[in-house]
Amino acid sequence: MNDILTMKNIQKSFGDLEVIKDISVSIKQGDVLSIIGPSGGGKSTLLRCAAMLETINGGSIAYGDKQAAWTDDNGKVVYAKGKQMKEIKNCFGLVFQNFNLFPHFSVLKNITDAPLRVQKRNKDEVMAEAEVLLDKMGLREKADAYPYQLSGGQQQRVAIARALALKPEILFFDEPTSALDPELTAEVLRVIRQLAEEDMTMGIVTHEMNFARLVSDHLIFIDGGIIVEQGSPDEVLGNPKMERTKAFLNKLEQ
Amino acid sequence: MELQTMVTMLAEGFLKSVAIFSLTLIGSLPLGLLVAFGRMSKFKPLQLVVKFYISVMRGTPLMLQLMVVFFGPHYLLHIQTGSDYRFVAVIIGFVLNYAAYFAEIYRGGIESMPVGQYEAAEIMGYSKVHTFVRIILPQVVKRILPSITNEMITLVKDTSLAFAISYAEMFTLAKKIASSQSTLMPFVIAGVFYFIFNYVVAFIMERVEKKMSYYR
Ligand SMILES: Nc1ncnc2c1ncn2[C@@H]1O[C@H](COP(=O)(O)OP(=O)(O)OP(=O)(O)O)[C@@H](O)[C@H]1O
Ligand SMILES: [Mg+2]
Repeated sequence: MNDILTMKNIQKSFGDLEVIKDISVSIKQGDVLSIIGPSGGGKSTLLRCAAMLETINGGSIAYGDKQAAWTDDNGKVVYAKGKQMKEIKNCFGLVFQNFNLFPHFSVLKNITDAPLRVQKRNKDEVMAEAEVLLDKMGLREKADAYPYQLSGGQQQRVAIARALALKPEILFFDEPTSALDPELTAEVLRVIRQLAEEDMTMGIVTHEMNFARLVSDHLIFIDGGIIVEQGSPDEVLGNPKMERTKAFLNKLEQ
Repeated sequence: MELQTMVTMLAEGFLKSVAIFSLTLIGSLPLGLLVAFGRMSKFKPLQLVVKFYISVMRGTPLMLQLMVVFFGPHYLLHIQTGSDYRFVAVIIGFVLNYAAYFAEIYRGGIESMPVGQYEAAEIMGYSKVHTFVRIILPQVVKRILPSITNEMITLVKDTSLAFAISYAEMFTLAKKIASSQSTLMPFVIAGVFYFIFNYVVAFIMERVEKKMSYYR
């Protein structure tokens, strides 16, 4: 199968702080990659680099055969521009920890506005798809509600629907349940699991180890800006080889 | 002078006060947004110029600014100004002054927006303009509405400063009548007019705020 996302030798610093030292990772079509690791290890930063919210200082990023960023002969990072970048940005969606819904839009408008205004797709088609998405997220009766009227779990499901409405090839999640109570967490994780079963390609930063084990095809443990250990979730979580991984997992169990 | 004559005269002045009020808002609300963009510009020279402009507008009396705008062309540039320049000068002075205040209000509102809103919009492919017009500005307007209302109420009363260049709005007329007739009555009537004006402004703005309270 083809790689949807390929990141090679990514480096990212904030001023003097080297957050990502050298990380290479790829996600195949239909696969789910989980990213785990201690706080401050660079998980969010890696995801934000993939989503073009941060500018990398070295390495390369490609979506399918489209080069998004690369390092030229002088060691300078170059990003794709204009129409090409627009196409690349169309490839992925991102679900935030704190949802970031548009509070002045109803649930339905949150989902349909970008497909209509940005992608300029046919209105009937967009509306029909939105209805399907709302059903799938269990939010049928909430179409006309405003985000503030929803629980955190419902808001996060709207955010997922909103991302899916743009038909991304890959969907990123940055700790999608960290802002939620345990019961609400379950309902969001169920939705993501369902997406995994439908072969949605995803990259997920999570602290939910059981969930990671269930959904992911591949798992990477990041600490100090590098991949300390990676492999199948059973390998890494069930039988970690590196001391740092063991220490991290032990701490979680306590 | 009969009370009715007085009221009629003042009502005429009142219409002029309303004209100053309306034209100032029409001019300064959009201009203020432009000024706010300049103030937040990454282009340093522009940012500094705008910062200076705002500090002058806020740091000197509006009355003095009106004088400069009115007499400036004549004394500084030796331009002969026509008879209707008095009103134009009032509007220019007010618009320039209020744009500075509105700019700072806009800036506060824009800077208070969480970056997550921009990032969500960017991820979803909204252009910069779309992001601002569709996502950011509507929320900013809701946030700054109370401050805007405050400024509008101040503006109602500030229209009286046009007396500084003898523009015949309500306060200028009240002053004239009061001194010629040796009575306080015109001031009382003008006060009532200002109060009612502000009452209406506050009422309308309350309705607008309510209209925007469909979300949080
Ligand atoms: N915009 C920024 N400016 C400066 N430093 C930053 C910025 N964003 C992140 N950092 C720093 O980079 C490091 C990695 O942050 P990151 O958010 O990627 O960690 P994380 O692995 O996602 O942690 P968590 O599990 O707490 O979310 C941290 O030390 C953080 O302080
Ligand atoms: Mg994080």
